[in-house]
Amino acid sequence: MTDQEKILNEVTGSDYKFGFQTNIDTETIPKGLSEEVVRIISAKKEEPEWLTESRLKAFRHWQTMKMPEWAHLKIPEISYQDIIYYAAPKQGAKYESMDEVDPELLDTFNRLGIPLEEQKQLAGVAVDAVMDSISVKTTFQDTLADKGIIFCSFSEAVKNHPDLIKKYMGSVVPYTDNFFAALNSAVFSDGSFCYIPKGVHCPMELSTYFRINAANTGQFERTLIVAEDDSYVSYLEGCTAPMRDENQLHAAIVEIVAMENAEVKYSTVQNWYPGDKEGKGGIYNFVTKRGICKGDNSKISWTQVETGSAVTWKYPSCILRGNNSVGEFYSVAVTNNYQQADTGTKMIHIGKNTRSTIISKGISAGKSENSYRGLVKVLKGAQNARNYSQCDSLLLGDKCGAHTFPYLEVDNPSAVVEHEATTSKIGEDQIFYCNQRGIDTENAISLIVNGYAKEVLNKLPMEFAVEAQKLLAITLEGSVG
Amino acid sequence: MLEIKDLKVSIEDKEILKGINLSVKAGEVHAIMGPNGSGKSTLASALAGRDYFNITHGKILYEGTDLTELSPEDRAREGIFMGFQYPVEIPGVSMVNFLRTAINAQRKYREEEPMPAGDFLKLMREKKKVVEINSDLTNRSVNEGFSGGEKKKNEIFQMALLEPRLAILDETDSGLDIDALRVVSNGVNNLRSPKNATIVITHYQRLLDYIVPDVVHVLYKGRIVKSGDKSLARELEEHGYDWIKQEVDADT
Repeated sequence: MTDQEKILNEVTGSDYKFGFQTNIDTETIPKGLSEEVVRIISAKKEEPEWLTESRLKAFRHWQTMKMPEWAHLKIPEISYQDIIYYAAPKQGAKYESMDEVDPELLDTFNRLGIPLEEQKQLAGVAVDAVMDSISVKTTFQDTLADKGIIFCSFSEAVKNHPDLIKKYMGSVVPYTDNFFAALNSAVFSDGSFCYIPKGVHCPMELSTYFRINAANTGQFERTLIVAEDDSYVSYLEGCTAPMRDENQLHAAIVEIVAMENAEVKYSTVQNWYPGDKEGKGGIYNFVTKRGICKGDNSKISWTQVETGSAVTWKYPSCILRGNNSVGEFYSVAVTNNYQQADTGTKMIHIGKNTRSTIISKGISAGKSENSYRGLVKVLKGAQNARNYSQCDSLLLGDKCGAHTFPYLEVDNPSAVVEHEATTSKIGEDQIFYCNQRGIDTENAISLIVNGYAKEVLNKLPMEFAVEAQKLLAITLEGSVG
Repeated sequence: MLEIKDLKVSIEDKEILKGINLSVKAGEVHAIMGPNGSGKSTLASALAGRDYFNITHGKILYEGTDLTELSPEDRAREGIFMGFQYPVEIPGVSMVNFLRTAINAQRKYREEEPMPAGDFLKLMREKKKVVEINSDLTNRSVNEGFSGGEKKKNEIFQMALLEPRLAILDETDSGLDIDALRVVSNGVNNLRSPKNATIVITHYQRLLDYIVPDVVHVLYKGRIVKSGDKSLARELEEHGYDWIKQEVDADT
């Protein structure tokens, strides 16, 4: 065995750093999904009747649906009756001050690197930390409230801003949209709600941090962001989860509504437990994320760095209804060991002079399978639509797979649609060249991968960019073959 | 500085080097010439630590240390530099980032502080002049889109920056036009000092007009069959390799 092979076989050097459990009492309900469970969830959250009804409608519809099978993914059958659909830390929902929060919970967040105390925050980042199904604390609410910005948990929004929820929830991703959207609409746990009023430029990065704790608890997040005319918000979503043997289902919905001249930036760094080196365990991440550029001149950008999950299935998309609206999708998706990803985006051009940009960088290593699936659809009335897509795949080793499934449906002759794709490998020669200059193999891979992903990483807000770079390096330790 | 004792090197089961003996002292320039297939690049790669070459016998002593115990990156950090015959491209990795990482890796090895960014850029500017290389090359990704000649210049540029003690230049002259040859040779010559040594591997005598060697060795069928001073190179230029081949084949 060559020296390089020896290094490579010191596979996935760092054990999943965030693999630990918090030993707090969590209140759960028995396994399985039924109308009764839906009612229990709604009751525990003290929801109004209209929302309970909405959940039930979604549930009944879900029962008529089947899990789609068109993705390039091999997923063992999921037993939906074997999952617990609700878990909340026993201590209840809201706290006046940090003193009241369960210290173990706080410790958990500290270990994850999210200090909740206002004093310890990164300059100006408000954090809404979701522990399992209940929001623990929302910071900076007061500061934001001065500007009329609402940033709170979804559950709180249901209570305090029901009109907004009623108006916008399901308007971008209706429960009929797909199997997992229906499931989420029935059993969604909690998430974030963000509302930026007319003309307001949100002064700080808004962020949410997720975690799945109790065994077999599905995480069904629901996030809704509404940006009124002339407003701006940048939202960060970062996720970690503990080590588990059983797969855990994550079926979230994120809806974004951007009105005239509004801009929403949504950035994600996803680091859910990816399963062990033999492909056992890990999170199933089936997410429906969609934004609608409702008003003219509006803009929605999705930026994601996906390194975790055993299976990733998501297509953050933009519906470009407003004239001159812009949709962007920047993604680095990394798969290693036995991870699988089928991810990409949909850009639907409806209005006039709409523009979309897609930059997707896939990195496959180990025995993983990484697929890009993208749709650029230009409707008949979409005059002067412009799209630029670039899908690159980087293969590390010869046992992984990279696939590209681009769909272009163009019904307007004035459209200009460009698509470029490259596939490359990190060659032994490149590694050796770095070695010969004194750079060891791990650092060489890190250099090369970061150079490859630079274009996307540059789009992330600074706080995330550094974490993202580290994540890339950690995820790919020991992966060149 | 470098002592190679009875070195035998194979790729898979094929023996390429059949017992090389070579001694290089600090301050010297040795040229290694020979026909295609004689094992010149194998020798270079074995010295650099390319791991698909198996050292089946013999020793490589560098400043007294057995090189075979060191990884390629440690060999580099100890001051060994190889100018590649076919420098590879590394898209997305900027020259600046690459070289700064390299320099800091070496400094770390020597337990020195990493070089601050400002100092490094200054150093780059200085060294660019040594090889007359422009910013439009050094501002790009490593070797990406470089012509053959530009890649070779870039090798010497890196050598100037890294200041190795032992440089092994593998066919640095291949693909160079007359002007580039002159520039590259000047660069190498400017870097010569009594403290470092250079092994120049080449087919052609012309390079050795510019980089004048102290010793010339001829490698044939995996062995050094003749050594001499720079006039040996001239003889080869005039008569080719045939007379040496005949001599050797007659003896065996």
